[in-house]
Amino acid sequence: MTVLLDVRGLNVTIGGKPVCEQLDLTIEANQSWALLGRNGAGKTTLVHQLAGLRPVEAGRIRINGHDLTELSPKARAREIGVLLQHSSRGFGASVFETVLSGRHPHLSTMAWENAEDHAIAKRAIARLGLDALSERSLDTLSGGELRRVELARLLAQETSLCLLDEPMNHLDLAYQASSLDVLYQTYVAPSRAMLMVLHDPNLAYRACDHWLILLGDGHWRAGPRDSVADPALLSLTYGHPIERIDSTHGPVFMPRTSLEGAPDNHDAAD
Amino acid sequence: MPTAQHKRILVLALFAGLVSLWLATSTGGTAIPATEVLTHLLSNDGSTHDEIVDRLRLPRALSAFAVGGLLALAGAFMQVLLRNPLGDPYILGISGGASAAVLGVMLLGLPAFWHTPGALVGALFSTLLVFGLSRGAGDWRSERLLLTGVVIAAGWSALISFVLSISPPVRLPGMLFWLMGDLGDADRPLLPLLLMSLGLAIGLLRARDLNLAARGLTQAASLGVNTARLRLELYFLGALLTAAAVATAGAVGFIGLIVPHMVRRLGGTDHRILLPAAALLGGALLVLADTAARSVISPMQLPVGVLTALLGVPTFLFLLHRRVRT
Repeated sequence: MTVLLDVRGLNVTIGGKPVCEQLDLTIEANQSWALLGRNGAGKTTLVHQLAGLRPVEAGRIRINGHDLTELSPKARAREIGVLLQHSSRGFGASVFETVLSGRHPHLSTMAWENAEDHAIAKRAIARLGLDALSERSLDTLSGGELRRVELARLLAQETSLCLLDEPMNHLDLAYQASSLDVLYQTYVAPSRAMLMVLHDPNLAYRACDHWLILLGDGHWRAGPRDSVADPALLSLTYGHPIERIDSTHGPVFMPRTSLEGAPDNHDAAD
Repeated sequence: MPTAQHKRILVLALFAGLVSLWLATSTGGTAIPATEVLTHLLSNDGSTHDEIVDRLRLPRALSAFAVGGLLALAGAFMQVLLRNPLGDPYILGISGGASAAVLGVMLLGLPAFWHTPGALVGALFSTLLVFGLSRGAGDWRSERLLLTGVVIAAGWSALISFVLSISPPVRLPGMLFWLMGDLGDADRPLLPLLLMSLGLAIGLLRARDLNLAARGLTQAASLGVNTARLRLELYFLGALLTAAAVATAGAVGFIGLIVPHMVRRLGGTDHRILLPAAALLGGALLVLADTAARSVISPMQLPVGVLTALLGVPTFLFLLHRRVRT
């Protein structure tokens, strides 16, 4: 298998608090990774770290055999694409212009995008179902539409590795499903892979074959999903009891809440 | 590949620039037939009209053009830096710092040559102050930055009042007019024109980076922009262009706010189009404003800053109102 991302002995801290200590992680082509952890565990920080957007404190990150810190910003952006947690509208550029900006790392300083770049952007727009919005200004889009524009921009960037920070933010169920399909078809492919920050272990189980869990104190677990998707570990991760229920469609992870088994007060109140 | 709309914006901006210069050279106390202007520009027949066009109106118009272009570019750069369309060197107190420094130079009795370097020191210092103080933890918050800018500007204007109050009375009217933004003495357009071209050239080299930075520096970094360098360049360029404008014409406000907004409304959000169009339209706007300022109550002259503020204040309020709503 082709190794895309190779992380050895990586230490990441944020404000003195450890995100991960001595992280070893190997992402191979054709793999889809989920990054899980409770709020504030440092998932976003780790994504920024793996994308080369923060300086490395200790350890090394190699992408396609190159040391990440030795690549120029543009060369790095041709290897790794990032979907940030929050999308920005900027100054109201159009959807098409925004998606086309994904071609930036492939162009020299003064170059304009050529016909091929335009075709790539148009294809990405079509795949995310944004054709009708192509000429609209970002100012006029809803949160979910803006999210799909960012995903299309990411496709146009044509990187081998794709890191997504909560890609399903703002998307309704239908668009979650269709966007996930597009991501899967694109990045679970020879010489490509993806890693996404997710909040829902059920979605993570369905969409990803590998999991990386941050426990919040610098400890971490990584591996094929079935070796990691353990209710005891998830309970520890989220600091909340989580049960695993096996169904015909695969396992379901259920957080225990006080709602279950509570008396149904509706009727009583009426 | 620039689109047809991009080309239309550039042609319009170029046309506006030429028409403004043509109007500025033909309008005034002595009306010179519009058809004659070009002949006077090209030939030198020693007539009074020729002198007026070549020695008085053209240098002043070109200075106004350069100052307008400088301010529009400085505004466009600062707006990317702040990711906020309310960025403007005048509102953020950068012009104030440059003005105070130039007044200091005037008070010391140094020759006019020192105005530009003095203004640059004042503008850079003010930029550091505003951005440093509003940085706080993490990214800049627009509101905090604007507030800091407004307060720093108030500080500069107090310092300016102090300098004025200890200045010899004979020099007061000149200093006051210059402070309000005045092109009456602006007869050396070469340096500001060169600096405007330099700013535009650097801006065009970085235009695609600016497009990305407008949507956030982290986003831009993820697409391969060296954001640390870009930010430094924008600081320095913003201060340099403002300083050149202030040294030439004093504190003319709001051009940096109005013009980039206008270009975006025309459909030019791409900085490869926005920057040249803003330079040309900024130039045109200030040339027209200055022509109006010296014609409306002729033979008296208004400082041009008064007119730009009359246009700028409603624009600012409109933009602010729209931002609060969304």
